[in-house]
Amino acid sequence: MALITCDNLSLGYDGETVASGVSFRVEDGDYLCIVGENGSGKTTLMKTLLGLLTPVSGQLIFGDGLRQNEIGYLPQQTVVQRDFPASVGEVVLSGCQGRCGLRPFYNRAEKRLAAESMERMGIAGLSERCYRELSGGQQQRVLLARALCAARRVLLLDEPVTGLDPKVTAELYAIISKLNRDGITILMISHDVEAAVRYASHVLHMDKTVFFGTRAEYVKSGAGFGYPGGEGGAL
Amino acid sequence: MSIFETLALYYSYPFVRYAMIVGVLIALCSSLLGVTLVLKRFSFIGDGLSHVAFGAVAVASVMNLSNDMLIVLPVTVLFAVLLLRGGQNAKIKGDAAIAMISVGALAFGYLLMNLFSTSSNLSGDVCSTLFGSTSILTLTKKEVWLCGVLSLIVVAVFVFFYNKIFAVTFDESFARAVGTNAGAYNLLVAVIIAVIIVLAMNLVGSLLISALVIFPALSAMRVFRSFRAVTVCSAVFSVLCAVAGILVSILAGTPVGSTIVAADMIAFAGFSLAGRLRGGA
Repeated sequence: MALITCDNLSLGYDGETVASGVSFRVEDGDYLCIVGENGSGKTTLMKTLLGLLTPVSGQLIFGDGLRQNEIGYLPQQTVVQRDFPASVGEVVLSGCQGRCGLRPFYNRAEKRLAAESMERMGIAGLSERCYRELSGGQQQRVLLARALCAARRVLLLDEPVTGLDPKVTAELYAIISKLNRDGITILMISHDVEAAVRYASHVLHMDKTVFFGTRAEYVKSGAGFGYPGGEGGAL
Repeated sequence: MSIFETLALYYSYPFVRYAMIVGVLIALCSSLLGVTLVLKRFSFIGDGLSHVAFGAVAVASVMNLSNDMLIVLPVTVLFAVLLLRGGQNAKIKGDAAIAMISVGALAFGYLLMNLFSTSSNLSGDVCSTLFGSTSILTLTKKEVWLCGVLSLIVVAVFVFFYNKIFAVTFDESFARAVGTNAGAYNLLVAVIIAVIIVLAMNLVGSLLISALVIFPALSAMRVFRSFRAVTVCSAVFSVLCAVAGILVSILAGTPVGSTIVAADMIAFAGFSLAGRLRGGA
């Protein structure tokens, strides 16, 4: 059974529908890129997947033993975080929050998990550093490590490369691809159609019409969406 | 008489000891949530809520209630919840909402006190409610106990939910996504801050409460880099400044509240300098 199945989903909030007719399936190990213009409902879809919004209509089914709060989430950065006094270790450890329930403190297993996640992201040496003093790329690695603490199977990334320079962007994409090869299912929202076509296994294009298919199918039909970069440059 | 002899003499009076105990407890409590409030852009919530409490005190005194806590605490908690809960998607946001409630409650309270004044020394009453000039020196044993118990609860709740409060403050959407009930913790923070403010009105009065909330947090943030270090440092900072302020006010005969705030300001300047030196190194 697929990890996530969306069937003719309508998305929205406060009684207003933002997008409708969204259908797709995510299998274990997929790398799904969700692209589309601003206002096409990408973020609404993400919030619905995370259980922060309820779908207006249609079905959203989690299969294969996946629970909604087991999805690791990399949100866009907020203003608050830019001057928040927190060490990298504290931020990563807070990813274990969902495992605690009402227990007030983190146990040894959770601390080890946080250490492993930092190791995996190559930021183990930064544990004592202050989060706000890191570069943009390092901050994203920290938040990725935190997301890994929350979930080992599925990661949802919301515009992970916004504001990063090309070199760091490429590094981050490489890290995400590596996580995907290690067996983690990736769902990524992006403006960057080119990267979507380069790295993703599947593409969900949200617009007036919704396209869902494999990368190859998307490239073939890409020009039909009138998308710059959908044609040549990508491959 | 040397300074120490003077202090020893004053210390033999119970009301001075009470003032010291209550001062330390309130300074400790108010510093704990400072970091969270400053980062959530709610620095002025102390000001707003204390004016609400002032309005409630006015209502209580007009109604001739013997124990004004009964009306002050619930009203302040209610407004704290309204402000912090509505925070993200309220029609009137953050600073505007606080400003509105703050000024409105202040005016309303003063108006009531003027219209239905029961005391002959109105401006003195208002002044001591606003600046807390004398009330900390007139505490009864019962009030000291009440303050002690409430502070203990505040500290215990804060320690118990420390990690949750951190997670929700740092990244509310992530916390929600992993299943933390962020709304409940925002509510908790609102209730705690309301309790602290009602307590702190005795110490510095309603005009200076913001200082107790924000100075320790801002000072600690100048120097320290992790949330835990900042929290511990602001608690220590706040307690030391309160002790220093109370001692100086006893020796020099200055008003307690404003002396504590002056101590906070001087220490803040010191911390800023230390932070700059450390940053440059």
